[in-house]
Amino acid sequence: MPEKLLSIEPNNPEGDWREAKAEFRKGTICYSAAPKNVTYLGLPNPRPWQPFDADWKLPPDWKQTILDGMKERLQKYRSFRLFMEICVRCGACADKCHFYIGSGDPKNMPVLRAELMRSVYRRYFTLTGRLFGSLVGARELTEDVIKEWFYYFYQCTECRRCSVFCPYGIDTAEITMMGRELLDLIGCNINWVLEPAANCFRTGNHLGVQPHAFQDSLQFAAGEASEITGLPIEVPINRKGAEILFVMPSADYFGTPHYYTLLGYLMLFHEIGLDYTVSAFASEGGNFGLFSSHELTKRLNAKIYEEAKRLGVKWILGGECGHMWRVFHQYMDTMNGPADFLEPPVSPITGTRFENARATRAVHICEFTADLIHHGKLRLDPSRNDRWNVTYHDSCNPSRAMGLLEEPRHILKNVCRNFHEMPENTIREQTFCCGSGAGLGTDENLEVRLRGGFPRANAVKYVREKHGVNLLACICAIDKATLPTLMEYWVPGVEVAGVHELLGNALIMTGEKERTTDLRGEDLRGEDLRVENLRGERLTKEEATRE
Amino acid sequence: MKALTPLLAVLAIVALAALGGLAHASLVLLAVFVPYSACAVFLIGFCYRVVRWAWAPVPFRIPTTCGQQKSLPWIKPASLDNPSTGWGAFRRMTLEVLLFRSLFRNNRARLHDQRLVLGEDRYLWLGALAFHWSLLVILLRHLRLFLQPVPVFVSLLSRLDGSFQVGTPAVYVSDVVVVGALVYLTARRFRSPQVRYISLPFDYLALFLLLGIVISGLLMRFVFRVDVAAIKQFALGLAVFHPSVPSTLAPIFLIHLLLVSTLAAYFPFSTLMHMGGVFLSPTRNLANNNRSQRHVNPWNHPVKTHSYAEWEHEFRDKLKIAKLPLENEDAGKIAFD
Repeated sequence: MPEKLLSIEPNNPEGDWREAKAEFRKGTICYSAAPKNVTYLGLPNPRPWQPFDADWKLPPDWKQTILDGMKERLQKYRSFRLFMEICVRCGACADKCHFYIGSGDPKNMPVLRAELMRSVYRRYFTLTGRLFGSLVGARELTEDVIKEWFYYFYQCTECRRCSVFCPYGIDTAEITMMGRELLDLIGCNINWVLEPAANCFRTGNHLGVQPHAFQDSLQFAAGEASEITGLPIEVPINRKGAEILFVMPSADYFGTPHYYTLLGYLMLFHEIGLDYTVSAFASEGGNFGLFSSHELTKRLNAKIYEEAKRLGVKWILGGECGHMWRVFHQYMDTMNGPADFLEPPVSPITGTRFENARATRAVHICEFTADLIHHGKLRLDPSRNDRWNVTYHDSCNPSRAMGLLEEPRHILKNVCRNFHEMPENTIREQTFCCGSGAGLGTDENLEVRLRGGFPRANAVKYVREKHGVNLLACICAIDKATLPTLMEYWVPGVEVAGVHELLGNALIMTGEKERTTDLRGEDLRGEDLRVENLRGERLTKEEATRE
Repeated sequence: MKALTPLLAVLAIVALAALGGLAHASLVLLAVFVPYSACAVFLIGFCYRVVRWAWAPVPFRIPTTCGQQKSLPWIKPASLDNPSTGWGAFRRMTLEVLLFRSLFRNNRARLHDQRLVLGEDRYLWLGALAFHWSLLVILLRHLRLFLQPVPVFVSLLSRLDGSFQVGTPAVYVSDVVVVGALVYLTARRFRSPQVRYISLPFDYLALFLLLGIVISGLLMRFVFRVDVAAIKQFALGLAVFHPSVPSTLAPIFLIHLLLVSTLAAYFPFSTLMHMGGVFLSPTRNLANNNRSQRHVNPWNHPVKTHSYAEWEHEFRDKLKIAKLPLENEDAGKIAFD
């Protein structure tokens, strides 16, 4: 953690961007993928190297590989060809990127991030570029260009905020995805993406949790939920013939504060008597393949339908996760469908037919729970969340690649009594990214993450000062993993929670014992939990731990 | 500095046109050969580019959703910004193309004392809308030069366009607006540090060509007072492929014509193609019905996956410890015994 707050300065870039080089220094870049992970996934050019090295040990024919790769993708993706060709550089996207706002680095303007690739496209794939070169913004593909691509395509979280504002809908996420695919072809990738991907390919989940450990984690969570409620809560694993397969991001059973969300799910499922199972094979809804290539996305996603088919469930329910829902919503059926062995989802409790999911047959847990609440199927005591003053962070993918905006809000407004929205320009489709998505949520690039997260934190700070907000709710595993650091740095005193954690707190369960603690094991009624230190100051638990 | 080369290029075109009128041979070249060629390049190039985009597959349905999805019946969906039907996507596109709806959202991020302030910024939207609409009106007005008799809607449009001011010749509203908008858009490229930094020489070229065309057009009308009847005669000849070149054509008209021809020929090679491309953008022109209707990828290549059977085989011991059910109790028995 840097000693003093990063200074966020507006900057007025000068000169010609095509001459600049990427400067690799610690804190701004993720480290290279370990050869064992590259090898395990069968990707090209495994070798030990680091972005700080002068020699990246590219394969001898790297240039041709990249150009061939571009050509192939130009033919396979209309988005890629179109977005290479129609930008007029109006600049509407420039100040929409959280990385640009937080870093002031002009190449973080979405338009320039794309120009890094367009300049090469023009040189090798257009007549004007071949004839007039730099006059029309073309440049040679050199190793420095590759380094620049690596730097900036791994400094984009594929959040699509710029695409909302672009008059032609140019989506930098598409360009970044192509850029990363191309870099993959010559072995320039990062470990924070490929290690989870390799783990996921092998064990079924990013964390590499094997079946027995998976079972341990879930049973431990079920035990904890039982302890809080005094009810015999269980979690079925790999159970054939269940009605529903529940898929969640692996962080839910291994990370904090994700874990409290898991407790919330388990309590909810117990209370409504849901006939479901989780799977130790499909033990990951998230998909770090999405941050590498379309092919790897498909490879990692295949297990979801395969497992649903094997277990003979009727439909799939998906937990709180951002990019998992980008994949479930926009890619899964196309890549690994049709899901004709499943049935169009119907809520067994309310009888609601989820018409919007009738082909993919995967329902978002917030859709499912919002429907339960709407039909009065849950008894809720929102006062149990009174110690929280809540705001809601729309995660990029559910908002801009799906439009899941009201469902989580409906839940929140029913499970807590203090809810305040952040300013309009920073929520819903205009939401600011946590700055750590798309495989960038490591400590290696912490400075960039904190800079990229600044606009989000700034909006939280606004509601903290105006309304005393102390909890940032969200429905994304990466958010839950990275926003706590961001809050601690920019807006101390704000904690992060999943929507279903708050639901679990508020849920009045049949036959439960009187609850004394919330899912975090902290006093439910918001008694002063601060402790006194030797100097007589009253500190929160976290502050005391830090001391 | 990036603007210098395109400026010189446009000035060179102006000079070429002014001199070209002096000799008959070059006059024919400029007034007949060049416009026809430019027209052909424009039509063929434009169609080629659009067809190439249209034929490129759209493997995934990737709309950028800018509002509430259609999910539960009691939640109001944003049918325009997050359309769930083809009709909704059509309406979204219509508003995008006619009113630049995405640009309308524009805001400006500013930093004050380590605080981010987002303010409204509709100037770019206003400038772009003013420019495109006035240009369309001007283009339609020009039809009166190519069609005889002049269609009623063209005369009506001209009368409407010129009705706000008395004077001869009448000042058209669209002329005033187009000049204002172009000056704004050009000034913005020079003045905004960000936009200046991202601009490429050929971004200025399009602006300078358009400015040249508009200025030469206005000069023709208000300063040099060219013989409109003669020009119409000439234009009609071009339109019906019976070009007759008068012995002289006003140099200012030749300048106007050559600039227009240059722009037309340049069009298919430039980002002006956004005019065709905007209709084909997969983040805007697709409905967000991803989970209710299957979208097919025409080249859905098979990939190497890790199947359940392989997984069970690898973790058989662990599954047994956990007493999780196995698909195939005996598989791998030999290996383990």
